[in-house]
Amino acid sequence: MPLWLSVYAFQEIALSDGNAIELRDVVKAFGDVYAVDHVSLQIRDGEFFSLLGPSGCGKTTSLRMIAGFEYPTSGEIMIHGREMSSTPPHLRPVNTVFQSYALFPHMSVEQNVAFGLEMKGVAKADLGPRVQEALEMVRLTGYGARRPRQLSGGQQQRVALARALVNHPEVLLLDEPLGALDQKLRKEMQLELKGLQERVGITFIFVTHDQEEALTMSDRIAVMSHGKVLQVGTPTEIYERPSCRFVADFIGETNFVEGKVVESAGGYATIETADGIRLRGCSARPLSSGAAATLSIRPEKVRLLPQGEGSAGDENALPVRVERVNYIGSDTRITVRLSDQRTLNAWEQNDRSTVDRNAYWQPGEESLLVCPADNALVLTE
Amino acid sequence: MIEATSQTKTVARPASARERTSLGGLALLANAVLMYAFLYVPIAILVIFSFTSDQFGVRWTGFTLDWYARLFANQRLMGAALNTLYVAVISTVASTIIGTLTALAMERYRFRGRAGMDALLYLPIVIPEIVMAVALLAFSAFAFDLLQSITGEPIRRNLTTVIIAHIAFSISFVVVVVRTSLKNFDRRLEEAAADLGANGWQTFWRITFPLILPGIIGGALLAFTLSLDDFIISLFLSGPGTSLLPVEVYNKVRRAVTPEINAISTLMLLLSMALVGLSQLVQRRR
Repeated sequence: MPLWLSVYAFQEIALSDGNAIELRDVVKAFGDVYAVDHVSLQIRDGEFFSLLGPSGCGKTTSLRMIAGFEYPTSGEIMIHGREMSSTPPHLRPVNTVFQSYALFPHMSVEQNVAFGLEMKGVAKADLGPRVQEALEMVRLTGYGARRPRQLSGGQQQRVALARALVNHPEVLLLDEPLGALDQKLRKEMQLELKGLQERVGITFIFVTHDQEEALTMSDRIAVMSHGKVLQVGTPTEIYERPSCRFVADFIGETNFVEGKVVESAGGYATIETADGIRLRGCSARPLSSGAAATLSIRPEKVRLLPQGEGSAGDENALPVRVERVNYIGSDTRITVRLSDQRTLNAWEQNDRSTVDRNAYWQPGEESLLVCPADNALVLTE
Repeated sequence: MIEATSQTKTVARPASARERTSLGGLALLANAVLMYAFLYVPIAILVIFSFTSDQFGVRWTGFTLDWYARLFANQRLMGAALNTLYVAVISTVASTIIGTLTALAMERYRFRGRAGMDALLYLPIVIPEIVMAVALLAFSAFAFDLLQSITGEPIRRNLTTVIIAHIAFSISFVVVVVRTSLKNFDRRLEEAAADLGANGWQTFWRITFPLILPGIIGGALLAFTLSLDDFIISLFLSGPGTSLLPVEVYNKVRRAVTPEINAISTLMLLLSMALVGLSQLVQRRR
């Protein structure tokens, strides 16, 4: 870590109570529409925090309010304990990496990176070394004299990063910065960004609609929908213990089976479907009998047993018929049909290398779908 | 990649050869030649006959620079040329500043009556110039009368009246040109500048202004040319003894067309071409 960053990190800890950013009951209304609807969030120092949700969920508006491009209709935004809800952007100790990068087209890479320092009044003599250091950090040494349009998308994106980080922001805001990159570059940049964040120790707030991206990079994730925060948690908490049906559906893929609660005790609940199938799953809270509930089963967490293995009387075992088989390389994705015409998805890892068709499921085969109660989740919303 | 290029070349060559020889190709060529001739032959004749020794300037009887010499000796014409330049420079600077600020406000803010104001801005472009001239004349007579009744001093039309009139009709044109470049300007760049600590003033001069400068130069160039060759408004609004070049040229032509007129027209042509070249150069450097 460069010296300036370690000094900076020290200052940061001294200043705050552990929260880099705090949103207190923040509302942003555009006319009658609540883009952000009573959001409260605490983002810790040095955290890689993602705001995840579909487009229009309020994640970008939240970020723009932290940056100062929008002011909240009500509520408070604290940056390291200082109330900054109505402070204009140029006076906030945060910097932004824009989705479109927003590099200044009439300036060279160096001039772009130096812009923030110049605005701060950093002495001319100090500019050069600091700009070079920032370019080195994003592996763009030697590109300083070029214009943004002479760089590839990935390089422009790294200039945008350098331009923001060179100012030693207290918090770095990233608005879907990888959205414009192709798949392969995107994956590379995800790891690079995460590595960079760990090196510099600055709090990153990362806005994305890509759940896989959020899971890969984040320390914690806030899942948003319709202006509200539905769940805040680590990637494993969000994926393994979604708090509601929307989160379970939005993060990864899952099977839903609807029913009514018939039993609830000791962290588990049992639901019964309209056609009498009983399924048991984890439940964070005790649920009242008769309440409508949904069982969520991830397709990679179910097992398909060949005919003859297991018995239909076992817990969470459903006789099914294989309907469709999609071989996608690493996995085989199988759609099975329950006796009641409902379909479920099951993914099997292809952990054995073979081109023998018989090693894979065939449409029409009878099977037993088994899903241990610990792998299923009963959700009520 | 290399394969693809060589392929297009081998295909493109016979196709273009066929076009040149076919009837349609010839017609197309003739059309282009005629169109450019239509545009530039009169101008070429003007320039050529500014160097003829024929005193009526309609036949080539030999090369001379006499007309240029006479032109520079003609105090009346030179005075008018200086007046015209003076009016053009001042009205261009003023209308460019006002027009740019107007364009920024119209592009940036949403306010009540914006649509109506927008329409009113474009109207002067389509109003017939003679109507504009009569209106400005009537208004100046009214305003002078009013001022005289207040100050007691009689006021006459002079170059200032012309300048004000030129500013009035140039603003709309500047607004149109500057707004086009503002439409292509990415407002997120201003957000990025603010994000990096620039206040409104710094953001404007470091980001917005340099990026819309080509539009501003374009607008200024248009305003300058409009002022330079304006005839009707200048005729109506210039007072006695403050003649402008287009009016003076017209007065001379009414008596007789002399190569002197060709010479001054050639110089004006040169000036406007130099300005366009300069603005191209400034824009390419960026």
